[in-house]
Order: sequence, then structure tokens, then C-alpha cells
Amino acid sequence: MLALVLLLVPAVTGGVVAAVPWRRWVGWLCTASLGFVLVTGVVLAVQVVHHAALSEFSGVLRVDALSAFMVIVIGAIGLLAVCQSVRYLDHEVSSGRSSARHATLYAVLVQGFITTMLLAVTAGNVGVMWVAVEATTIITTFLVGHRRTRGALEASWKYVIICSVGIALAFLGTVLVYLAALHVGHDAHVSLQWTSLMSVSHHLDPGVMRLALALLVLGYGTKVGLAPMHSWLPDAHSQAPAPVSALMSGVLLTVAFYVLLRLKAIADGALGVEFPRMLFVTVGLLSLAVAASLLLSQRDYKRMLAYHSVEHMGLISLGAAAGTPLAIAAVLLHVLGHGLAKAVLFLASGEILLVEGTTEIDQVKALLARRPALGGVFAFGLVALLGLPPFSLFISELNMLRAEVHVGLGWVAAVSLVLMAVIFGSVMSHGRHMLFGARPDGEPVHKSPSIVTVPLVGALVGCGALGVLAWPLDTLLRAAAMVIVK
Amino acid sequence: MNNATYSSLLEIAAGLVILCAFVTLWRRSLLAIVRALAVQGMALGVVALVLGVHRHDDVLVVVGCLVLAAKGLVIPTLVKRVLANEPSSRETSPLVNVPTSLVGAGALTFLAYGATRPVVALVATSAGRLIPLGLATLLIGFFSMVVRRKAASQIVGLLLVDNGIALVAFLATAGVPLLVELGASLDVLLVVVVLRVLAVQLWSKFAVLDLDQLQELHD
Repeated sequence: MLALVLLLVPAVTGGVVAAVPWRRWVGWLCTASLGFVLVTGVVLAVQVVHHAALSEFSGVLRVDALSAFMVIVIGAIGLLAVCQSVRYLDHEVSSGRSSARHATLYAVLVQGFITTMLLAVTAGNVGVMWVAVEATTIITTFLVGHRRTRGALEASWKYVIICSVGIALAFLGTVLVYLAALHVGHDAHVSLQWTSLMSVSHHLDPGVMRLALALLVLGYGTKVGLAPMHSWLPDAHSQAPAPVSALMSGVLLTVAFYVLLRLKAIADGALGVEFPRMLFVTVGLLSLAVAASLLLSQRDYKRMLAYHSVEHMGLISLGAAAGTPLAIAAVLLHVLGHGLAKAVLFLASGEILLVEGTTEIDQVKALLARRPALGGVFAFGLVALLGLPPFSLFISELNMLRAEVHVGLGWVAAVSLVLMAVIFGSVMSHGRHMLFGARPDGEPVHKSPSIVTVPLVGALVGCGALGVLAWPLDTLLRAAAMVIVK
Repeated sequence: MNNATYSSLLEIAAGLVILCAFVTLWRRSLLAIVRALAVQGMALGVVALVLGVHRHDDVLVVVGCLVLAAKGLVIPTLVKRVLANEPSSRETSPLVNVPTSLVGAGALTFLAYGATRPVVALVATSAGRLIPLGLATLLIGFFSMVVRRKAASQIVGLLLVDNGIALVAFLATAGVPLLVELGASLDVLLVVVVLRVLAVQLWSKFAVLDLDQLQELHD
């Protein structure tokens, strides 16, 4: 029952929000729903980490350690973003830019967005996973375009067109996997159930699976934001309201990656590790290269953060390419760490946009001196995202690189280190420009509201704690990695 | 239905799907393009129906009827409404001219035959031999999304991609499980609705019709 309840709570919350006019308490109700998701994720993790996976409705919903981990990721980052949405909507409504109805629409769509992501990670059937990922595209389109400026509508158009094509390719890939399973020749009941596909994976036709995996990587890779299908990402992330960018960058990308990881596990069985590894290395390095070249001359800080997501998705692809249990555990830790840090940065950048009125890097100066709390959060967020200790991204990047070297992908690790260094340099120089400098004479020191700073500092502390203490995630990460590495 | 009728019906319907894809590249009037799309949707429904009758698969017959209604009638009507906003409903300046695009589409069809060889080898039925036509339709849809500049043309391209995939799915596996099939169809319908809303907003607020005018966001 627990998996069903998990899906129903945000769905029902969305229904309730739709029925009442927008008020502040409605926002807190939405936040409570995400709190529930996070707690349920932890409960599920405790249940499945040592025991068998939880299966409901003859396997339509299935929660194993990997799913439970993703539920925790969605819960944690969703909680952060939904609680900051209250402030965003308050400001939109009070400044007269949005009507109360428009605010309600936003809140309903966010709950729907969370529900579909939860469905994607708790589905036991790769077809249902596909439907859920596609549904996230439809729901988030109107969230990206929520501000209804020309730029926002343009971004939504590109987003829905590019992602729909991508996800259509992923559907074709899924059909081909099904086709291969139909021809295995066992009497076993053929279905799109992930467990049944895994059990026959060694007998799937390699020719068909090769085509299928290429389509799946290209297709789901579009939603993950991997090059060469990444071009929707900087537009959508820079135009969407900050909490939506935080959700999209922090969790949506990695939910799509989660589906890809499951499908890669099937392909590994059919093809051996070499071909999938080559595909993941190619898209991973390409993404790093694209991010590095476009970050160098970036002028917009929200786009800077967006390209930074492309980099991190590239890094986890390389980690997945290595594919050892250590690598997968590091990939998953990176998913959580990147999600938290990126959400903090997008939310902080939303606040910077609100008070400074610009997204140009050049126009924002001396944040640390003028707005110490906000500037501090932004600075520590950048430090976390660039993979410096003590934050968890340092540990996860280190372990991914170690795993790559271990499986003979030393050259990949070397190339990615060079590209990471380029990215590090350019982001540092952009960040230095925004953060340092002297406060102009006569300008008072601004305070930031604690509704902004407290949750963001909390998330950063969490990200730092994950980097220092292995407990309590360690066991869960290992169990989750063992789900897809045999 | 004997085997010969079955194969020839299937061939005619699948042939009509790819023919309509070529027609969308050949014609410039957006209205004619949408009509071709409607015929293609119906042909696709017929493919599913023929397969369903041949295999005595009731579910597939129902799916065929649904596809016929959704892709043959509902979706083309929705796309036609997008055209209602556009005063000159012609594709005036595609990036690639018509003869060249037709040659390109021919080349893509060859590519599709090459790429699907392992799939055709695995299926080895009379339906399986037609699978390359589905992939060719998909590639032509891709191509037309890249070279066409009108908002409505991009929607048509997306639908070609989707119809191509549906054709492969029917021919190769006689349809994926019903739950997934319904989810997929509903998604396509919703995407078209979403795109229609966006196109109307872009036109009514900012008078944007051509995608060349979408140049606000860049690095």
C-alpha cells in the first residue's frame, strides 16, 4: 500500500489546491505533502534495504533500494523547492504579475510534476516509466512558461518540441526491447516488467538491442540534458521560475537518468559491457566538452547554472559507463549531492533576480558585502557544486574517477579532469565577479528573509554532512547499486 | 481473411503511411499537409485493424479503432485549428527546397532499410518486412522538423515521428501492452494540445508565427 499512498498524497494535494483559492496556507499544505514524500522515502528505504523489493498491483509499482533512494532525492529537493515556491508566488501575486488563479495553477502543476516523477521511479514496468517521464514533459511545459514573457514561451516551445522528439525515440527503443524479449523463445510470460526483462537479458538479440540502446540513450538522454540533445536545457532552466528550475535541474534530469540506468542494466546483459560503455563515454565526454566551451563566455548566471547541469550529467554518464558497484554508488551519491547544491543555487539565484532585477553576471556585484547572507549561500553553493571538500560532490567525483581508472578508462578520467578544470576556472571567475568587491558608499547592508536563508543553509549543511559521514546512506547506496550491477 | 489478402492489405496501408510522409514534404499548403497527416493516421489505424483481424486479437482491433479516431480525426482537427490563426497558411520559405527535400527523404528511406536490418531479420514475417517504412516515416518527420519554419509544420513533423514509431510498434510486436499503448496515445494527444495552446499564446501576444522569430534566447 505504501507505494500507492506515496503517489496519492501529492496527487490529492494537487486536487485540494485546485479547489480552493490561493492563500499562503495552501503553499504550506503543498510543502507538507513533500515532507510526507521525504519521510515515506526513508521508510521505504528502511523496508527494502535488507529485504525483498516491495511489489504492488501485480508489479505495476515496484520499489527496490534504487527506487527508494530516488524517492528520497525527489522528497528532499522537492521539499526545498516547494517551500521556496511560497515566497515566489507571494511575490508574483502581490506585485500583480500573476492572478490568484494563475498561482493556483502553478501549485497544482508542481504537485502533478512531483507525482509523475514519483511514478517514474516506483514503476516496475519500463513502459509505465516511459509514460511517466513523458508526462513530466507535458506538465512542466506550463511551469517553464509560467511567467508568460516572450522568452518564457519561446523556451517552453523548444522544450516541449525537443523533449517530445527525444522521448519518442525512447519509446521506439522500448518497443525494440519488447520485440527482443518476444523472440527470446522461452515460454515465460513476456512483458515489459523490468524484472522479467532482466531475467532474460542474456538471451536478448544483440543486433536489436544495440539499436534499442542507441535510441534509448539518445531519447532519454534528451531529457537528461546530455549533448547533443541538450539545447532545450539552458533556455528552459533560465526562463522557468527559480523553484521550477531547481526541481528540473535537481531531480527531473536525474529521474530520466535513473530510467536510463535501469535500461542499461538490461542492455549490459544482452551486449556485454563494451558497447553500452562506449555509448555512455561518448555522450558523457561530449556533454562535458559542450558545457566547458559554453561556460567560458557565459553572461547570464542562470544559464551558467544550466550548463553546469549539463556538465554534471556528463560526469554521471561517465560514472555509469564504468559501471562497477563503487561507480554506481558514487553516481547515486552524486545525484543527491548535485541535486541539493543545484537546487540551493537556483533558489538563491531566484532571490538574486528578485532583489537585483537582472540575470546578467556583469550587473551583479559585491554580493558578499552588500547581501552577506544571500551571497554566502550562493558562494557555498558554488563551492559545493565545483566539487570541493567537505561537500559530498568531492567524494562522489573522486570515486567515479577512481572507478573509471579501475576499469581501464584512465584516458576518459584524464580528459574529464581537464574539462572539469576548464569549467572550474570559468565558473570561479564568474562567481568571483558576482560575489567579491566593496560595498558602494551609502548603500546599507541588506538582510535576506529567513524563509530564504534557513532552508538553503540547511540543504548546504546536509550536502556537507553527506560528504563527511558515510552513515546513514552508505548501506542504501550499496544496496541500490547492487540492484543494477550483477 | 486469407494470407494473400492480408499481406496485400497490410502492404497498401503501410505504403500509404510512407506516401503521406512524402506528401507532407512535397506540398507547401499547410492545409494540404494536415490532410495528408489525417490520411496517414487512418492508414495507421487500418494497419492495426488488419493485424488484429488476422491474429484474432480483439484488443488490437479496439486499439486500431482508437488509433483511427485519434490520429485520423481528432489530432488533425486540433492541428487545423492552429492554422486558423495564420493568415497565410503556406510554408513559404523552408530551409531546403521541395525537390531537394524529396531526394533527402529518399535517402533517409534507404538509411531506414539499412538500420532496421537486425530487426527485420529477427521478426521474419510478412509484416516484419514493412518495418523499415516506419523508421523511414520517423526520419522524414525529423527532417521536416529541422527544415520547416512554421509552428504548424513542426507539429506535423512531430506527429510524423510518432506515427512512424507506432507503425514499427504494430508491425514488429503487434502493439505494446495496452496500458502502455493507451498512455502513449494520450501523451501524444496532450502534447498536441499543449503545443496548440503555446502557438496561440505566441501568436496572440507577440504575433510570432515563424520559428525564425524565436530568437530571444541564445548564448
